[in-house]
Amino acid sequence: MELINLSMIWALIIGFGIMMYILMDGFDLGVGILYPFAPDEEARDVMMNSVAPIWDGNETWLVLGGAGLLAAFPLVYTILLPALYLGVFLMLAGLIFRGIAFEFRFKSRRNRHWWNRAFCWGSMVASFAQGVVVGTYIQGFAVENNVYVGGPFDWLSPFTVITGLALMAGYALLGATWTIMKSEGHVQEWAYRITPKLLMLVLAGFAVISLWTPFVDDFVRERWFGHLTLFWIFPALALLCAGMIWRSVARRREGQPFVATLGLFLFTYLGLVASKWPYLIPPDITLWDAASAPASQLFLLLGVLFVIPVILGYTAWSYWVFRGKVRGVGYH
Amino acid sequence: MELDPVMLSRIQFGFVVSFHAIFPVFTIGLASYVALLHGLFYKTGNPAWERLAGFWVKVFAVVFGMGVVSGIVMAFQFGTNWSNFSQATSNFLGPMLSYEVITAFFLEAGFLGVLLFGRGKVPEGVHLFAAIMVALGTFISAFWILSTNSWMQTPAGAELVDGRFHVTSWGEAIFNASFPYRFTHMALASFLTGGFVVAGVSAWYLLIGRDVEANRKALSMCMWLLLVLTPVQAVVGDAHGLNTLEHQPTKVAAMEANWETGTGVPLLLFAWPDKEAQENHFEIGIPRLASLILTHDINGEVPGLKEVAPEEQPPVWFVFWSFRAMVAMGMLMILVSFIALWLRRGDRLYRSRPFLQTLRLMTIAPFIAVLGGWFVTESGRSPWLVYGMMTQAEAVTPSLTGWMVLVTLIGYVAVYAVVFLCGGYYLTRVVRQGMLSEPPSDEVQTAMRPLSAADATFEADAGRTLGSQ
Repeated sequence: MELINLSMIWALIIGFGIMMYILMDGFDLGVGILYPFAPDEEARDVMMNSVAPIWDGNETWLVLGGAGLLAAFPLVYTILLPALYLGVFLMLAGLIFRGIAFEFRFKSRRNRHWWNRAFCWGSMVASFAQGVVVGTYIQGFAVENNVYVGGPFDWLSPFTVITGLALMAGYALLGATWTIMKSEGHVQEWAYRITPKLLMLVLAGFAVISLWTPFVDDFVRERWFGHLTLFWIFPALALLCAGMIWRSVARRREGQPFVATLGLFLFTYLGLVASKWPYLIPPDITLWDAASAPASQLFLLLGVLFVIPVILGYTAWSYWVFRGKVRGVGYH
Repeated sequence: MELDPVMLSRIQFGFVVSFHAIFPVFTIGLASYVALLHGLFYKTGNPAWERLAGFWVKVFAVVFGMGVVSGIVMAFQFGTNWSNFSQATSNFLGPMLSYEVITAFFLEAGFLGVLLFGRGKVPEGVHLFAAIMVALGTFISAFWILSTNSWMQTPAGAELVDGRFHVTSWGEAIFNASFPYRFTHMALASFLTGGFVVAGVSAWYLLIGRDVEANRKALSMCMWLLLVLTPVQAVVGDAHGLNTLEHQPTKVAAMEANWETGTGVPLLLFAWPDKEAQENHFEIGIPRLASLILTHDINGEVPGLKEVAPEEQPPVWFVFWSFRAMVAMGMLMILVSFIALWLRRGDRLYRSRPFLQTLRLMTIAPFIAVLGGWFVTESGRSPWLVYGMMTQAEAVTPSLTGWMVLVTLIGYVAVYAVVFLCGGYYLTRVVRQGMLSEPPSDEVQTAMRPLSAADATFEADAGRTLGSQ
């Protein structure tokens, strides 16, 4: 019984960590994706300054998720990473390039356009790779005896390309609504203009994936079209959020579009979790099968329960310090 | 040619971890130095200490930032290339590595911001406290990593059930047999690295006559520290070697390229170990010295490589030469430290240009020594990954093919080359800007991340205008 409780707690912690990562790194990756479409260099300055103080805090959740997964659900870690081998490399390379671009663009004058490129391409590649991870996860893995036995390119299929592009659109939507909240004047006006277009893209991706998913995975089809219908609340709420984005942009609200986009992501995420629960890797591996020894889960839990409030507090504090519109951008 | 995923994965892991390791090795030592400078300023009120602290904390920030960036990859390498190993050892490795991550985050969230950006904004006592906590935090981070590594060398406190290790005693597993030696050796190595880098940069400033008062203080302090620590490191290294002899005799045999177990074994200064022939070519050695060093007895028995089958022997030439590189650098560091003591007569320490130039070059020595040491201990364990319990071939990801590893290896080399070149180049810009007062800045200080604590510009021309102001 104790084993069940510990694994459940860990599933919640890691699920929470992944969600925090998607929501928070999502908008700063989105800002990078929108970079080449920005109207001018001033807009780019505003956009980058709006995420610069917080982006690395956002990425702490990724590292915490990776390490936590190894500690609490090693089977997921040791099946996912080999299966996504080349994709993981692309994601890391993308994240590294945009990470150093953040630092050096500010300090660079003549070479700034190179850092712009690194920022944009890094963000795009990392976002696409993450979408592919989601797609591969939905699609499932070839697993025998708890070991990945598929090929090096199983993660690359028409379905995962669609999920990759859809997540890019989703992150771009987060980035655009974030920009609405953090900017003013012509930059904000530009963000208002592109948001509905991005929303249409996201909804189109949403529709294609929803229609396609039952065909790539039997388990998911059974889950959604079987007896339990309670799950349908998640897509319904997600659509409601999409409607709110549309309406709040039309009414030129500043904070609402971003909050509604967070909601859209949250409910889509919960819908995805509901598709698989309690399996971590369908069809055989549940979260209890994938768990590490209870002693190990407990040993780390003590530290994590102590440090997560600290990270949350620190995160809240940094967002508070850098609240409000981004103004007074230098570099003339 | 057949591409071997095990060999390529070893090269890949060796590459990314070596590249990553040079940053923390430096920051651990530097963090303590920065804390010391803050302490001296707090106690004496001499502004020279504050100037030095302000400068070195910027260097610390850039190196720390590069360490974080290059470290992200490490968290995924275990799963991508060594998934069987990760699965088998996750009960121990998972929590240990996660605790390291937690330590680093806690440190960054709690104290790094205050240390980097708190100057003039928080009371000096609080600033000093933050500096001490950051220094302490870097050691705690190293504690988790080195304990994990030591466990792989001398596993303890765990039993292997159905192909998975289960921890039976966390105390025994964490404080395993080789851990105290490895940790002490590595902590001292960090101090030596920090010390020689600070000494080298101070020497360069003295050569060009910049901020002479502060840099004399810095140089003098470093050379006293190094005078004590370089010989101590030799003693600790010797103790570490004896510990290895006890637990991993084959590694020691490879370090000495000693094939036959025997007494009165010579210390080889030069040799070309040939694993195929199971013997050395071109041997030059000092009779009986290896026995004396390893057993502290001139006729002591030293184990030979042939105690185990050739396929259980590590790559002998690599271990042998890496060990010699490390020891040579260690000797050189001791020599330079003692020359510095001698040059203190008549303040020649600060004026002898050949010596100051030597110190500049010596900046690289501790890095070579650290990498050499890690090459010895890691490839010396080969073919084992968890010593005596799991081989590298068993540990590698089963679905991996050689070309996949090769492609990502080339990719990581390319990515890291860019990071390293940009970071290294930027670091030289920070050093060139030196301890000048803050440049007049038209930009709003927006970010509070490690790298943004340094304010040098990226391009040389922009920096030169700053320098002439």
